[in-house]
Amino acid sequence: MKKVLLAVSALALFAGPALARDQIRIVGSSTVYPFTTTVAENFGKTSGMKTPVVESTGTGGGMKLFCSGVGEDTPDMTNASRAMKKSEFEACAKNGVTEIVEIKVGFDGLTVAASKDAPDMKLTKQQLFMALAKQVPDKDGKLVDNPYKMWSDIDASLPKEKIEILGPPPTSGTRDSFMELAMEVGAGKFESLEALKKSDAKAFEAVWKSMREDGAFVEAGENDNLIVQKLQANPAALGIFGFSFLEENASSIKGLEIDGATPTFESVASGDYKMSRPLFVYVKKQHVGVVPGIAEFVAEYVSDKALGEDGYLGAKGLITLPGAEAEKTRADALAMNVLTIDGLK
Amino acid sequence: MTDTFDKGNAAFIAKRYASERRFKAYGAVALAVSVLFLVYLIVDIGIKAWPSFFEHRVVLEVNLDASKIPADEVLKGDFEGLVRGSLRSLFPRVTTRGDVRSLTSLLSAGAADDLRQDTAANPASIGTTVRAGALLGDDSDLYLKGMLTTTLRMPGTTNLQLAQSGEEFILTGDLSQLAVGQIVRANGGALRITGVEAGLAKAEAILPPATLNSLTPGTWDILSFSRAEADRRIDDRQVVLLEALRDKGVIEKHFAWRFFTSGDSREPELAGLRGAIFGSLLTLIMTLSLSVPLGIAAAVYLEEFAAKNKWTEIIEVNINNLAAVPSIIFGLLGLAVFINFFGLPRSAPLVGGLVLALLVLPTIIIASRAALKAVPPSIKEAALGVGASHQQAVFHHVLPLAVPGILTGTILGVARALGETAPLLMIGMVAFIVDVPKGFTEAATVLPVQIFLWSDLPEIAFQSRTAAAIIVLLVILFGLNAAAIYMRKRFERRW
Repeated sequence: MKKVLLAVSALALFAGPALARDQIRIVGSSTVYPFTTTVAENFGKTSGMKTPVVESTGTGGGMKLFCSGVGEDTPDMTNASRAMKKSEFEACAKNGVTEIVEIKVGFDGLTVAASKDAPDMKLTKQQLFMALAKQVPDKDGKLVDNPYKMWSDIDASLPKEKIEILGPPPTSGTRDSFMELAMEVGAGKFESLEALKKSDAKAFEAVWKSMREDGAFVEAGENDNLIVQKLQANPAALGIFGFSFLEENASSIKGLEIDGATPTFESVASGDYKMSRPLFVYVKKQHVGVVPGIAEFVAEYVSDKALGEDGYLGAKGLITLPGAEAEKTRADALAMNVLTIDGLK
Repeated sequence: MTDTFDKGNAAFIAKRYASERRFKAYGAVALAVSVLFLVYLIVDIGIKAWPSFFEHRVVLEVNLDASKIPADEVLKGDFEGLVRGSLRSLFPRVTTRGDVRSLTSLLSAGAADDLRQDTAANPASIGTTVRAGALLGDDSDLYLKGMLTTTLRMPGTTNLQLAQSGEEFILTGDLSQLAVGQIVRANGGALRITGVEAGLAKAEAILPPATLNSLTPGTWDILSFSRAEADRRIDDRQVVLLEALRDKGVIEKHFAWRFFTSGDSREPELAGLRGAIFGSLLTLIMTLSLSVPLGIAAAVYLEEFAAKNKWTEIIEVNINNLAAVPSIIFGLLGLAVFINFFGLPRSAPLVGGLVLALLVLPTIIIASRAALKAVPPSIKEAALGVGASHQQAVFHHVLPLAVPGILTGTILGVARALGETAPLLMIGMVAFIVDVPKGFTEAATVLPVQIFLWSDLPEIAFQSRTAAAIIVLLVILFGLNAAAIYMRKRFERRW
C-alpha cells in the first residue's frame, strides 16, 4: 500500500502547474522532418540552448496541433509539405493564433523510379494517369474502367511489360502531392476531361482522385525505404517516392524521365522537372520571446550555413531555393513578416 | 479378450499408429518451418546490424593551439578547425578549394567531439600535440566497410610514359592493364582513364600528379570499382583520398560505443540509443509503479474478498475484454485524458508510462488472479483454522506463495509495454529528441519508436542502425523473458 501512496503522491506532484517551457516544440510533416531535425540538431550543438523536439505527425495533424491555440502546451512551429489552407488559417485565427510566419524552405521532388536493371522508360503525366486511374476516357471521351494491362497498351513506344506501380497509401502527404502534381495534370490533358472540369469540377476531381484497384497500383506503406527495397527485388515495377530517397539509393534505382525531364537536383531546383512541391515551416510569432530560442532557431534555419547552396540541408537532400527567392525567404523570416489570408487557397 | 486380436483389429491398430506417426510428422514440420523463419529473421537482422557496431576513425596528430582554445571555456574552442587542419597537413598537395572540401567531407560533422571532451577533461594538454581519433562520416564509413563499392587494387606491372596536354593526361606504352573508369595512382597523384585508343590512353586528373616521370612496374597501381562513380554515394576523389589514408595506416576500426552512449542524431555515425534506452527506462518505471500495485490489489480483492455477484462478474468480463483492446485506443485515451484534460506535458515519459500502465493493467490482473487461484485452498484454510483473520490469511500465506506467478505475469506485461509504439504516437513520443531525458516530464522517446523513426530516414547508414536497434531491443526482451523463466523456476512451489 505504501507504493500506491507513493505513486499517487508522485502523480499529484507532476500534475501541478506546468513549468515554463524552455524547449522549442515542432510538429508536422514527415517529409520536412529530416530537414527540420537536422537544423534542430545543429541549433542545439551551436547555440547552447536545448535541442528542439521535432514530432512527425503529418502535415494535417501538425496544422491541427499548431492551430489549437497560443500557450505553452501548443507547438511553436509546424512543418508542412504544402502551403497552409485558408480553412486552416481561419481555424488558427479562431483559436487566437493570429500571427503566423511562413518560411518556404525548399522543394521536394516526387519521382517515379525503377531498378537500375530495368529498361529506360520515358513517361508523360498523361501516360501516368492512364496507367493509374480507375477510370479513363476511351476514344470517344466516354469514361470506362481502366483497360490498360501492359505499358505497350498505353503507347506503342513503351515496353511490353505489365503495369505495376508501388506507391504510398492515402494517409501520406507524398500521395496527396502525387495526385495533384501528376494525376490531376495528366487527366487535364484529355479534352473530354478538360471539358468535364469546366462543367462539373466535383466529377472531374473524382476521376483523378480514384486510383485503380485491380492490382496494377500497389499501396506499399508509408515507409519510402520499403518501396526502394521492393524495386530492387522487382525490376519490372515502378515506385513513387520523394527525391531524397532516389538520391540516397542512386546505386540501385534510377528516376524516370517525366514530360521530358529527369529528376536531378538541378532540374527540380530550376523548375524544369515539374513534379515538385514546395516545403514550408510555419512559426507562431506570438511565441517568440515567450519560449526562448525561436528567433535564433529561425535564423539558423534560413542561414547560409543551412539553406545556402552548399549548406547542410542541401547535403541532406533538400532542394534549396534558387538565389533570389532564398534571399526573399531569408529577409521575410528574419523580419518575422506575418502571413495574411490573401493568397491562401 | 484374446479373440479381439483378430485380423480386422490388427489393421485398425496399425491405422491408429500410422495416424499418430503422421500427426507427429506434421508437428515436426510445423516446428521446423517456424524455427526456419525465426532463424532467417534473426540472421537477416544480425547481418544488417553488424556493421553498425563498428566505426572508422582517422588518427591524427593535432596540435592543440592555445590561441584557438579559450582557457576559461575549453568547450567553445575551434576543435573542428584544428582537426581539419591536421587532416590537411597529411596531404600537402591538396590545395584547391574543391579538393580541400572533398577531404574535409570525409570527416563526420562530429569528428572533433571526442577531442573536445578529452581536452575539457584534461586542460593541461592545451598547447601540446596529441593523437586524436577523428570520426569519419557515414559515406566514408560505408565505403571502408565495403558497402558502397568493391574496390580492387592491381599493382602496375608494365612500363608507361606520362604526358600532359592542357587539362588532359596521355599515357603511352604497354596499355594492356588499363580500362576506362579505372584510376591510375602514380607520381603522388591519381588519374582516371577516360579513353583507351590504339597506342594511347587518355586520362583526367583526380589529384594532379607531382611529376610527369615515366611509370615503371611497382611504382604505380590501379584502382577499379564494381560500381561506377555515378552509381555510388562517394566520388572518385574521396575514394582516392580514403585509399591514401588507408595506405598511410592512419585509419582505425573500433567498436562503436557511441551507439550506446549518445542520443539521437541526424548523422547516422553519431546517432545512438542512449536517449531511447533512458526514455524506455523512465517510461517503464512509471508503468510499473502504477500498474503493479493497482493490478495486484485489484486481483487480490477480486479473487479473495469480492462477493460473487453480477457486478463483479461484469467487472471480470470487462477486464478480460480490456486485455484485447488495440493499443492505439489507449493512446487516444491518454491524449484526451492526460494531455488535453489534465494538461500534462506532451512527449513525456510520465504520460507514456500512464498510458502503458493502463495497457498492461488487465494483463497483470489476469495473471495475478491465476496465480492466486493456483495456491491450494488448504493453505488458507489452515491459516483460518489457527485463528488468523481473512486478511492475515491472504497477506501472510496466500499472496507470498502466489508471488512467482504474479512476477511472471508482470514481466510479460512489461515486455509488452516495452515493445509498444502505437499508443505513444498519439501522445507525442514519436519525435526527434537529441537530449537524453533526465526526468519524467522531459521530452523522451522509447526504443521501438526510435526503430520506427530510423527506418523511415533516407540515409542508407540508418538502415543498418535500425537493424542494430532491433537487436538491442530483442536482447532486452530476451533478458526480461529469461528473468521471468528464472524466477518461475527459482521460486516455484509444487504441491
